[in-house]
Amino acid sequence: MNLMDSSHSNPMSLCSQADSQRTLYPYVTGTSVIGVKYKDGILMAADMGGSYGSTLRYKSVERMKPIGKHSLLGASGEISDFQEILHYLDELILYDNMWDDGNSLGPKEVHSYLTRVMYNRRNKFNPLWNSLVLGGVKNGQKYLGTVSMIGVHFEDNHVATGFGNHLARPILRDEWHEDLSFEDGVKLLEKCMRVLLYRDRSAVNKLQIAKITEEGVTISQPYSLKTFWGFSAFQNPTVGAEGSW
Amino acid sequence: MFRNQYDTDVTTWSPAGRLFQVEYAMEAVKQGSAAIGLRSKTHVVLACVNKANSELSSHQKKIFKVDDHIGVAIAGLTADGRVLSRYMRSECINYSFTYESPLPVGRLVVQLADKAQVCTQRSWKRPYGVGLLVAGLDESGAHLYYNCPSGNYFEYQAFAIGSRSQAAKTYLERRFGTFQNSSREDLIKDALFAIRETLQGEKLKSSICTVTVLGVGEPFHILDQETVQGLINAFEMAGEEAPAADQGAAGEEGAAGEVVAAAEEGAAPEEGAATEEGAAPMDI
Repeated sequence: MNLMDSSHSNPMSLCSQADSQRTLYPYVTGTSVIGVKYKDGILMAADMGGSYGSTLRYKSVERMKPIGKHSLLGASGEISDFQEILHYLDELILYDNMWDDGNSLGPKEVHSYLTRVMYNRRNKFNPLWNSLVLGGVKNGQKYLGTVSMIGVHFEDNHVATGFGNHLARPILRDEWHEDLSFEDGVKLLEKCMRVLLYRDRSAVNKLQIAKITEEGVTISQPYSLKTFWGFSAFQNPTVGAEGSW
Repeated sequence: MFRNQYDTDVTTWSPAGRLFQVEYAMEAVKQGSAAIGLRSKTHVVLACVNKANSELSSHQKKIFKVDDHIGVAIAGLTADGRVLSRYMRSECINYSFTYESPLPVGRLVVQLADKAQVCTQRSWKRPYGVGLLVAGLDESGAHLYYNCPSGNYFEYQAFAIGSRSQAAKTYLERRFGTFQNSSREDLIKDALFAIRETLQGEKLKSSICTVTVLGVGEPFHILDQETVQGLINAFEMAGEEAPAADQGAAGEEGAAGEVVAAAEEGAAPEEGAATEEGAAPMDI
């Protein structure tokens, strides 16, 4: 009886999980996005998988979208939250265009806006469950930055989200250089995406490469990478790791 | 009892299609001491005449920094001017919080004009009794705007508001063709000359004027008194008569100044406002 009473007065029982109205965990997610600066602008790569938990449920999710004239956004994490972000940005760009005064939001402004949105939502304990990569070119200035689900943001010459941070960025640190040509940039991204495809279970072999320059955004048709699964390490992965798996 | 049956309410039209309360507000701008602004491709200069309310008081501030890239000079009710500059400051700071970049000047000016317009269409409000010269720099270059109590706004190469501003306008109208490519120093010089025109014989001293500069690589700031006095001395403007280069002008300006003075004293506001050539334009 005493135990019952004390459990009723426990303040923890006031926060019921049953009627929660916020994202407690993501449902359909996309995995890594990688972005690099190159000679004429920004290149970005993302695969098209949408995972329902650990099930690879969707195979044609476009995770990179142009934002206005000067920016390109790539997202990993909750796909529906990404769609909500796209709605915010559509409205933002629409109202910006409606001024019709020759001024326009550049990638720096969009990145800052996204940071504000992400951080604001996390302060309401209702985060948008994404990691975002924002790239763009305006007035000859290249811009590449990232924002996390809790509002952590920074700029760099190359960025990646999720597994990309662990698997792609070491490669980029070794091989990236300022005056990368378009072809070399694509090759570098494909090298990173191949590593991710081998080692990230959520990655699928269907990806897009997006390019943004002063001329605008181009997003490639989906394509696949050549893979080779005959490595002996792949034949028997538990060798040398006895007792695991 | 009433001088005019159509001027008791901002929202009441006269049969001639005028809003007298709004015109009175524009009249308040003309009562204030003069403020002038002029711009080149890269710089904007604002300057004003500081007039003390009484022998015993100091003068009120007429030029306000809004942000690093925007400054404003006012003529009319200083209290209203301060409210509006506080509004502008908070708009700027909110924009740079969200976008980490400066608010485009033209947009701030439109927001300000919309705010003023609302006051002309609500029976329980009154128009702001202040005119604002907004100087700003953004990605499309240097700008100078005039915001009127009526809710209208205009972009200018050079403009003057406040009492005896017609004399300064006449001076600026004669010279504005060269402003676009003027150096920063020449703009300041023209600003001081234009300010002097509004003084009507009174000696130009740094103690009765404020000069501010804003430009590429130069955030909005007020020039300190010694600098201004130094410039006045250098341009030899401290003397009673105008310098040689300006001799011809002095005559015209004197005449123009008289016309304005006559209009200010003689004409009743409802006649003066619309007919006077240099009137703050509401019906444009």
